[in-house]
Amino acid sequence: MFGYLLRRLLLLIPTLVLVTLLVFSIIRLLPGNIVVLMMSEQGYASEQAKLEQMLGLDQPFYWQYVSYIGKVFRGDLGVSFWTREPVLDEILRRLPVSVELALLAMFCGLLIGLPTGIVSAIRQDSWLDYVFRTSAIGGLSVPGFWMATIVIVAASISWKWVPPMRYTPFVRDPLANLSQLIIPAIILGFALSASVMRMTRSMVLEVLREDYVRTAWAKGLPESAVIARHVLKNAMIPVVTIMGLQLSTLIGGTVIMESIFVLPGMGKFLLDAITWRDYPVIQGINLFLATGVILLNLVIDLLYGLLDPRIRFG
Amino acid sequence: MAIDGAVGVSELPATKLLRRGGIDRLLQASGRLVRAKPLGALGGLLIVGLVATAVLAPVLAPYDPIRIKSADRLQPPSLRYLLGTDDFGRDILSRVIHGARISVFLGLGAVGISTGLATVIGVLSGYYGGRIDTAVQRCIDTLMAFPGLVVLLTIMAMLGQGLGNVILALGIGGTAGNARIIRSAVLAIKENQYIEVARATGCRDWQIIVRYILPNIAAPIMVVATLGLSVAILSESSLSFLGFGVPPPTPSWGAMLSGSGRTYMLQAPWMAIFPGMAISLAVFGFNMLGDALRDLLDPKLRGRTQGRA
Repeated sequence: MFGYLLRRLLLLIPTLVLVTLLVFSIIRLLPGNIVVLMMSEQGYASEQAKLEQMLGLDQPFYWQYVSYIGKVFRGDLGVSFWTREPVLDEILRRLPVSVELALLAMFCGLLIGLPTGIVSAIRQDSWLDYVFRTSAIGGLSVPGFWMATIVIVAASISWKWVPPMRYTPFVRDPLANLSQLIIPAIILGFALSASVMRMTRSMVLEVLREDYVRTAWAKGLPESAVIARHVLKNAMIPVVTIMGLQLSTLIGGTVIMESIFVLPGMGKFLLDAITWRDYPVIQGINLFLATGVILLNLVIDLLYGLLDPRIRFG
Repeated sequence: MAIDGAVGVSELPATKLLRRGGIDRLLQASGRLVRAKPLGALGGLLIVGLVATAVLAPVLAPYDPIRIKSADRLQPPSLRYLLGTDDFGRDILSRVIHGARISVFLGLGAVGISTGLATVIGVLSGYYGGRIDTAVQRCIDTLMAFPGLVVLLTIMAMLGQGLGNVILALGIGGTAGNARIIRSAVLAIKENQYIEVARATGCRDWQIIVRYILPNIAAPIMVVATLGLSVAILSESSLSFLGFGVPPPTPSWGAMLSGSGRTYMLQAPWMAIFPGMAISLAVFGFNMLGDALRDLLDPKLRGRTQGRA
């Protein structure tokens, strides 16, 4: 286990170096017309030399990278051009909103996806299986932003409800906060549940074909015992990996939901930064998210190994 | 497929299909699809409808999709305007029909770039293996750590708005994942004996790749491309909805839902409902067809979806 962990951590180094190189290139690859727009449209600097200095482009290339890495290690992701605050502080301030939305959405996704996936597999090729599978492909096809729009239109026409424009933090009023986040979370969760359902179904189907399940049937156990004791127990372990596989969709979904429901999270901040051509923020959010995804995937892999004793960390 | 390869497949399946009395074979294949995968066939039908709409858009659309007619603004659906009009008095039906053109064009462009690049990267990485493979796989790991939509938004922030830039961004964004799938298909093919025989008879690497590897990974490439089209259409609509995709007045489905579609969604819900339905139907079609193709074409997955233990 220790050796495996060490190897995984060592493998992280080249990946993280590549991540920083890519993120570092964002500003270096900006076309000239965009740089001109940063001055004329946003007025970040009056002359090109000043802007280049603000972006750190006035030094030799290798030195720019070394100093960038040095700053990243000290937790300095630069300063936002628009808010003039450190990028990391701005991200950390908005992170709880996005994390709360993502966790709620994941919960809703599992709540819908797991039972339907299990039933679909156990009753394979029945009408119920077809209904669930077709709805899952439907769920994958309907854009989340359209579903959100329809929900808002329907709710406002039927119940005269419109989403609040001001965000209430959880610590101030947990109930108001949850009532604000639950609708975007359900919409996002619905989209997630489609993949969860499909993956759960195929995992349960795989376990159903195992020898020990055939043995359980052969010794005459009732269906409920076979399913609960032998199938689900083994099929549910890989579900942990679903969370890792869904991270990208989940983050993309929070960006869209934060934009529609005006939630002051990291996604909304990214969209604002793009509008304001605030490249240090775009860079910072990319670095933050990529590093986060890599670390979370590592944690999930380790967790998977701990849950399933058959996986050897060799 | 592997056995076909053993006796020497020297051409891609599409050319082979045409040589042996193309239309008949195509009809036979469609008949098989309808019988084996009715939902996949429904998806195929939706795609045929989408492509026909895109090709015939100027004939089918009752009005000019971008001409402003302020006297007719925000009209609800009626016999004159079947799907209503938007805040500029433009006919929604005509815009949805022309939007099909944008989606098909954009989807094909993006998938062309991503599948093309992914095939080159996946084949080279899988075939040569060793250090090249390790290096390429680390790069793919890195690219896949960035969430899809965030990558697209960042590329658009760097390139600026525009149809060409959206195609480029979607193409680049889809490459890493596809390259990984194609690489694993190459790895599976590479171990076959006929590759060893080809090498023993003195075939060069490029000959082996072109004559034996590529024809045998045509099936996974087709599946990747079909599912890629649904991702491209969905991603474009998300980008345009967020205001960073295809700029107005181009009638892109996502763009129709954004901006005024959002502002007027309560007074004129038809402005948002119909383009969204069009996106969902197109994506649903590609997903259904892609899923069915995967089950039919990939022998490894075929066993998993049939029969109960």
